[in-house]
Amino acid sequence: MKPVLIAALLAGTAAHAQDFNAVEKGRKLAITADCAACHTGDAGEFAGGVPLETPFGTLVGSNITPDQATGIGRWTKEEFRRAVKSGKAADGHLLYPAMPYTDYANMTDADVDAIFDYLQTVPAVHNEVEENQLPFPLNMRVALYGWNLVNQTDATYETNPDKSEEWNKGRYIVMGPGHCAACHSPRNLTGGEKTGDDFLTGATLENWHAPDITADPRLGVGGWSEDEIIAYLKTGHNAYDTASGPMAEEVALSSSKWSDGDLASVAAYLKEGEVDAPASAKAPDPLDAQSASMQAGAAIYGDRCSACHAADGEGVAGLYPKLSGAPLVMADDPTSLGRVVLAGSQAGATAAAPTGPVMPSFGATLDNAQVAAVLDYIRNSWGNAAPAVDTGDMASLRKDLQTQ
Amino acid sequence: MSLKPPLLTRRRLLASAAAGLSLISTGAYARVLDGTAPWQPFAANPPEQGWTGTWRFFNEAEARTIGAMADRMIPADDLSVSGREAGCAEFIDGQLAGSYGTGEKLYMQGPFKEGTPEQGDQLPWTMAERYRMGLASLSEYCRKTYSNEFADLDGETQDEVLSGLETGDIALSPIPSKTLFSDILNNVMEGFFADPLYGGNRDMASWKMLGFPGARYDYRPYLMKYNEKLDLEPVSMAGRAAWQTEATQ
Amino acid sequence: MTGPAKRLPHTDAVVIGLGWAGSIIAKEMVDAGLEVVGLERGGWIETGVDFNINTAPDELRYARRQELMLQTVQNTVTARNNSAQEALPMRKWGSFHPGNGTGGAGLHWAGITWRFQPEEFRLASYLSEKYGDEVDPNLTLQDWGTDWSEMEPAYDYFERIAGVSGKAGNINGEILAGGNPFEGARTRDYPTGPTIPTYAPKLFAQVAEDLGYKPFHTPSSILSEAYTNIYGMQMGPCTYCGFCTNYGCANLSKASAITCVLPALVRQQGFTARTRSEVLKIETDSNGSKATGVTFVDSDGQEWFQPADIVVSAAFTFENVRLMLLSGIGTPYDPATGKGQTGRNYCYQTANNVRLFFDDKEFNSFIGGGAIGMAIDETNNDNFDHSGLGFVGGGSTRVGPIGAPPIGSRPVPEGTPKWGSKWKQATTENYNRSMSIGCESSSYAQRGNYLSLDPNYKDRLGRPLLRVTFDFPENDLRMSQYVTDKIEEIGRAMNPRSIERNAMTGHWNTVPYQSSHVVGGFVMGADPETSGTNKYLQSWQVPNLFVVGANAFPQNPGYNPTGTVGALAVKAAWAITRDYLKAPHQPLVQA
Repeated sequence: MKPVLIAALLAGTAAHAQDFNAVEKGRKLAITADCAACHTGDAGEFAGGVPLETPFGTLVGSNITPDQATGIGRWTKEEFRRAVKSGKAADGHLLYPAMPYTDYANMTDADVDAIFDYLQTVPAVHNEVEENQLPFPLNMRVALYGWNLVNQTDATYETNPDKSEEWNKGRYIVMGPGHCAACHSPRNLTGGEKTGDDFLTGATLENWHAPDITADPRLGVGGWSEDEIIAYLKTGHNAYDTASGPMAEEVALSSSKWSDGDLASVAAYLKEGEVDAPASAKAPDPLDAQSASMQAGAAIYGDRCSACHAADGEGVAGLYPKLSGAPLVMADDPTSLGRVVLAGSQAGATAAAPTGPVMPSFGATLDNAQVAAVLDYIRNSWGNAAPAVDTGDMASLRKDLQTQ
Repeated sequence: MSLKPPLLTRRRLLASAAAGLSLISTGAYARVLDGTAPWQPFAANPPEQGWTGTWRFFNEAEARTIGAMADRMIPADDLSVSGREAGCAEFIDGQLAGSYGTGEKLYMQGPFKEGTPEQGDQLPWTMAERYRMGLASLSEYCRKTYSNEFADLDGETQDEVLSGLETGDIALSPIPSKTLFSDILNNVMEGFFADPLYGGNRDMASWKMLGFPGARYDYRPYLMKYNEKLDLEPVSMAGRAAWQTEATQ
Repeated sequence: MTGPAKRLPHTDAVVIGLGWAGSIIAKEMVDAGLEVVGLERGGWIETGVDFNINTAPDELRYARRQELMLQTVQNTVTARNNSAQEALPMRKWGSFHPGNGTGGAGLHWAGITWRFQPEEFRLASYLSEKYGDEVDPNLTLQDWGTDWSEMEPAYDYFERIAGVSGKAGNINGEILAGGNPFEGARTRDYPTGPTIPTYAPKLFAQVAEDLGYKPFHTPSSILSEAYTNIYGMQMGPCTYCGFCTNYGCANLSKASAITCVLPALVRQQGFTARTRSEVLKIETDSNGSKATGVTFVDSDGQEWFQPADIVVSAAFTFENVRLMLLSGIGTPYDPATGKGQTGRNYCYQTANNVRLFFDDKEFNSFIGGGAIGMAIDETNNDNFDHSGLGFVGGGSTRVGPIGAPPIGSRPVPEGTPKWGSKWKQATTENYNRSMSIGCESSSYAQRGNYLSLDPNYKDRLGRPLLRVTFDFPENDLRMSQYVTDKIEEIGRAMNPRSIERNAMTGHWNTVPYQSSHVVGGFVMGADPETSGTNKYLQSWQVPNLFVVGANAFPQNPGYNPTGTVGALAVKAAWAITRDYLKAPHQPLVQA
């Protein structure tokens, strides 16, 4: 990265010395916004081509290098701003909402401009991308006019003067460039993010459940210390949880590279939560420990799970997630739990925490009822309480995962 | 083949999940690795298949002979069922039908010479060949000596034959009787004591007999129980009865 | 073969073998900014896949069918007891278990992690000074060319890679209760506390202490607690599952290159691993004094040439020595003249034990792990006065339940039939009521024991197999009787119903497993006439070649070798990154 920047500066063409700060700011923001996740594939940095599975079909990230023909080399700042914040490309076509522009709409124009300045300094790559691989009629972009009518809030982000500067900064990152709601907020029937009381209360996408990250002490991250939130974002794990799947990738590409200041702000905001957030829902009663499912789950857990997660569900800090008291374990939706038991999972590795431990797949050993049983057990032991897991749900999850 | 797996990304993870159906493991082919250590959903390295439910190596007569031998080597009594009842013949069939039988993992290049006892087994035949030829010559011996197959002899006579093989007093060819006996005894014991996954040790009979708790993986709760008999229910790699739920088929 | 070798892009360094030694050296070189290619004969092994907890505890697969070992069809050795015999191939592993795949033999190991004692590194001088003519002149003992001041920091560093669990017996000269009073002075304690002994070692330690011995926890790379090592790699605590030696660990509690080094290394810029890639030869320039790279073959039979400025040969002892012989590094050792560096001072380990049977004990010996246990060191090396005994050397005495999966672990008293009702009754009665005291003893070099290329047998690629010519020296057999007497005394004091003695006698036998502690063959030293490398593991003949592993030991003390293999790897890595790079291709020690 650095040599490219320096070369660009020395050439004195694309950027002037006074632009350096804007470009560097843009580089950092591009990391926070995780642009690379969708726009960096085999063709080169930001050259597009990364397929994104959506409930409606496959979308492919576009080329955002400064290539004149296939990238954004001919775009103006204003056009870029409109694409990022309103979902309209330079030629006027509407972007699919896999591009989280409803979140990016919360960003300041100055921040979006900085990303634009930065993208103009990366190497141009000629790479034609067919973004739209949706089946008919979803491939009709005209449908998006309706979608935007329902879902685009045209947000004008405002700071809250009653809250600290730290909280406000964290909230800006979460709601803007960090686009946390893209995964962690439930979606309405058209796929738009729900807001208000539903904001950040968790959602299931691509057979991963992105858990509640509100300040709810039981189901959200309110029970975590700020240090634990920071550790999770920076390294991909803390005592309770190990990032896997999409979150592992987010940590590796994005939040592990955030500044300590940004991490502290986000932690302060998430820990304290949104103003007027709904009160924590009452915990359900745990399942009867004598039930057949709980009994089978206890036996399976003791024989196979306790060697890592420990008999008391405490796990091993930073290595094997703590199951006791863990919000993700008690989330109403057990999709992520079922997924990691069935298919296994590889924790994201970072330079600071390079281990990347693999949760082994139990799909060949446990049938669907046994998966449900062991999940019932971990969700209703050691003080945990959560609704029973449905065997049929595990059966369809298995089928989905195996045919994907 | 040198194949370079791409960095696994959030988006590509989904596209590659279909490949999870084909098992990746230590991999038989050369790979170039850098970046993230390779992993895919459902990745596993399952054991080689043993007994599959049908005879794949033994013919009926051979299976009867091995079963009869297992009955004498591990007789039924108050301690356990017999070796045959525990599935030792089925176990051995599964082994001989696989890489153990073919010897494909062993150095089988010549010249083959009889060395010193310290130089170990130098016979030029795979385990499958040893069983086939050895059981044929045993059958010939029994028919010649007793006008009967081994499996049809009375128990006492069967023991005599086994002892004769064990000491080498009964001469067989080309597989030496002592070799045939020790191979069979070795495999019968493997079948009796291995995980039931491989077709022997039915109902974990031998593990219950010994008090071996099987494929457990966490003894921390029992570590300090010095000089106490634990009587833990054994666990197979396939689980145990307590894993069954009402819904489990 | 499919045509001529294809040439790969140049790299700063190529490392042969991704076990403990190769992985550590590669990591240190990459950290120092070098571009490194690691070549591994076997596959890439991932704990959560290959040692899935559902299938990891499988005695048939791992202990009987030896899935983690090198397959003899890939490569084996020929063996004979003396030069008058014709060597024959080991068609099935018995005596030892070479590894395969990332982690190497240090993957299925027991995790026992000693430091050798300070005197060991100048053993020939030390014993000659102390015992003079009493030392059997048939022994060809040699000094290592290094000393404790150089080894201690390297041991310390390796312990912090592996996370070794134990209790120090000597910190900066102060003898500490509960540790090994015979160990060399260390600068600090082990990184993790000792493991918990099961019943058998607990009982042994109590009785030994009553007899005046000083028992201590066997130093263990099977960890007692969670640990994050100096590379940021995290390990979990041992659960005493009893599927340890010969097995891979499902919960990251056994240290190995795959748990402690490689996942961190593979994600670093500058490192590339190539698996299923077997090195055929280290290539040198026309006068044989500079390595130009290595030729290897992949699983498709395609040959590749990997050019490199530095070559590190870090394969298992046998393959390191074979590669030197195949590549013309050093002069092949000639037992008739005692001259030549390559193949000399091949040594083993001399295994002894006593087995005890009780009526009133339940040992639950299925609970355990490779290095879990208690030890005493009064019987080892020169920790007792050998004057007038007629031998030198000794062994570390240990009780360590490695687990008791029952195909292989069914102790019955001698004389029990091998089958039938009586066999079954004895097996059931004794399964949980028996224990053994082992004495892992020294193995000293003698002129006729050596490694060479076999003239008759070839591997699947047409290259000669390595030939092992070895038998136990008289010195070592006398030592065995002596130390077995000592452990038998302790055994009797434990009041068993019966006791059986298994001192090493007779010829080396390739069939029963003894230990994988094969050492020597390309040893380190101060004299280029009698050693292949200097004390930095740098080849005397080819200064840009480093040859690292137990092949460097001129003889083997009464300890398991891996701790010292790790320390030598650290030592070589430091020599490369701190000194060699300042003046490449130059010898670090003047011949």
